[in-house]
Amino acid sequence: MSRIAALFSELNKTGKKALIPFVTAGDPHPSVTVDMMHGLVEAGADIIELGVPFSDPMADGPTIQLACERALMHNTSLRDVISMVTEFRTKNANTPVVLMGYLNPVEAMGYETFAKAAQQAGIDGVLMVDMPPEESGENAKIFADHGLDIIYLIAPTTTDARISEIAKYSTGYVYYVSIKGVTGTAAIDVDDVSKNLERIRSRVSIPVGVGFGINNGEAAAAVASVADGVIVGSALVNKIAANAAQPDVAIAEVKTVLSEMRTAMDKQ
Amino acid sequence: MSNAKDMQDFPVLPDAKGHFGIFGGRFVSETLSAALDELDALYTRLSQDPAFQKEFDEDLAHYVGRPSPLYFAEQLTKHCGGAKIYFKREDLNHTGAHKINNTIGQALLAKYSGKKKIIAETGAGQHGVATATVAARLGMECKVFMGATDIERQKLNVYRMRLLGAEVISVESGTKTLKDAMNDAMRHWVTHVDDTFYILGTAAGPHPYPKLVRDFQSIIGRETIRQCDEQLGRQPDAVLACIGGGSNAIGMFYPYLNMHDVRMIGVEAGGLGLSGNDHAAPLCKGRPGVLHGNRTYLMEDDNGQIMGTHSVSAGLDYPGVGPEHSWLKDIGRAEYVAATDDEALDAFRALTRIEGIMPALETSHAIAHAMKMAKDMRPDQVLVVNLSGRGDKDIHTVASIDGLENVDV
Ligand SMILES: Cc1ncc(COP(=O)(O)O)c(C=O)c1O
Repeated sequence: MSRIAALFSELNKTGKKALIPFVTAGDPHPSVTVDMMHGLVEAGADIIELGVPFSDPMADGPTIQLACERALMHNTSLRDVISMVTEFRTKNANTPVVLMGYLNPVEAMGYETFAKAAQQAGIDGVLMVDMPPEESGENAKIFADHGLDIIYLIAPTTTDARISEIAKYSTGYVYYVSIKGVTGTAAIDVDDVSKNLERIRSRVSIPVGVGFGINNGEAAAAVASVADGVIVGSALVNKIAANAAQPDVAIAEVKTVLSEMRTAMDKQ
Repeated sequence: MSNAKDMQDFPVLPDAKGHFGIFGGRFVSETLSAALDELDALYTRLSQDPAFQKEFDEDLAHYVGRPSPLYFAEQLTKHCGGAKIYFKREDLNHTGAHKINNTIGQALLAKYSGKKKIIAETGAGQHGVATATVAARLGMECKVFMGATDIERQKLNVYRMRLLGAEVISVESGTKTLKDAMNDAMRHWVTHVDDTFYILGTAAGPHPYPKLVRDFQSIIGRETIRQCDEQLGRQPDAVLACIGGGSNAIGMFYPYLNMHDVRMIGVEAGGLGLSGNDHAAPLCKGRPGVLHGNRTYLMEDDNGQIMGTHSVSAGLDYPGVGPEHSWLKDIGRAEYVAATDDEALDAFRALTRIEGIMPALETSHAIAHAMKMAKDMRPDQVLVVNLSGRGDKDIHTVASIDGLENVDV
């Protein structure tokens, strides 16, 4: 069983939901990322989605665009991100790490080379925003052969037939994008999410995480009441942006936001 | 060449998923999949509908002013002293470039789609103007995304768009040029996908855009074939076009695909020269990767980050290229070369003074290469250059270059 599957089955026993923070690797500086990851775990993270910076993050709003720019100012490459996970694993063997980003850095590194390095580093899954199942083909097999779960997105616009299709290729969990739009721009509508989750759950057997627009404890708790995982990105990245010059403060602020969500989620 | 008649036809591409060999496809985030499926279904249905074709043809005839002439540039031919140079005069189209062929087609799709708003990205502003034009005619709200750098160097077109009633949105992210305008147009589309039709301006982006843009622009090549038959009694030795995203080039090339005797030559922006990184020539110097929804040749660094590009012409200042060109390059059917900023500017001045035709700086790249080639060819040989647009929009850029030169002198 993969580390991600094991985690969800463990949570299932206690009735808890997964808290899944996203931060961009290398933001505000590559030297901060590993400490940031440990901080996320201390504040209650169950899985870490680690963003691979890309020059043209087409599906992201200004918050994560700027995070990519900060990381790229220090030339944070995909290889650097993999090294950060290697370092993280020297002190943490349990928390699953999913690399999230765009396909081109992987394409440039080479799928086989990437998958091998990712496996060695202790990376558990990949979520490539611009790699839908129909374009995955051979590459999906390469990822799977190296023990990497492949997390696909489902959107409000995804048809029922397509959800069934995506379900066939997904492992670990699926990521339901709660709003039509880019990251960090609108607040979540929980009623709408729960309606869509009914559609998804009847077609997908693995856990469903929900992300986009979750920015406080209340929203996190509301989503946790209907989903298996709560994914939070821009709300954390905003704290990093505001404290980019003081990484310690940035980590502390991120932990505060995340802890509040953890507490709110666990209360119910 | 002698056995060209025995050569087999190329397969009809793209395939159902939008692939040209390993290139093309649909690499987009999930939210857009449904909209692209819808567009694909709509286009597949309408492209087989004679009524749609008739409406398109009539608009091209009476609104755009087609067919555009095939003009023998006798003075330029004499000046170069070699092959005969002909121009396919897309600069004489309504709004002054080939871009309108595609926007007329996509505007019809927008009308049948039932969506109420239109968006577009633009580099040189020609596609923005062509989109604002069709939107005005349809009475639809129109937003055009344009890089802040391009807004500065294409002021005339910015004002034209505003007069036509479009809102020009300045894109401040990344390199502030065409690639960033395309990013922001995509982001806007994801957010307003229910009521918005995205009129994409070149033969790139996710499937089905490369295919439908090619189909709408193929009127250029089809007319050229007919006009060459009528006016010359033969087909040219080569057809040439500049390459930004590749729409005017694919429009010229595609109908010639299976005429193996006719060389197809695409001219990229060589910027300050191909030896450095200050150019926009992914087919000459890049490698395959994934950007803006398709796999194609890209200008990227070793880590797969997209590089900033440089060209004197905003419309060629793009790190990618339409996927069909990547395929044509790899199978060896088309050749891709580059012309530098200086060569393009020289060609701009030459055509203006020798033929009294002021070409767009984009187009000037193709002209520069044609002039170079013609010299080494025989007088009985023929080159057809796609004169993709007129140069009024570039007067500001050329004037400021002249101003600087005067200071230096
Ligand atoms: C006159 C003209 N030619 C060529 C281009 C390049 O685009 P494409 O390669 O799609 O034809 C542009 C783009 O703005 C243009 O305005």
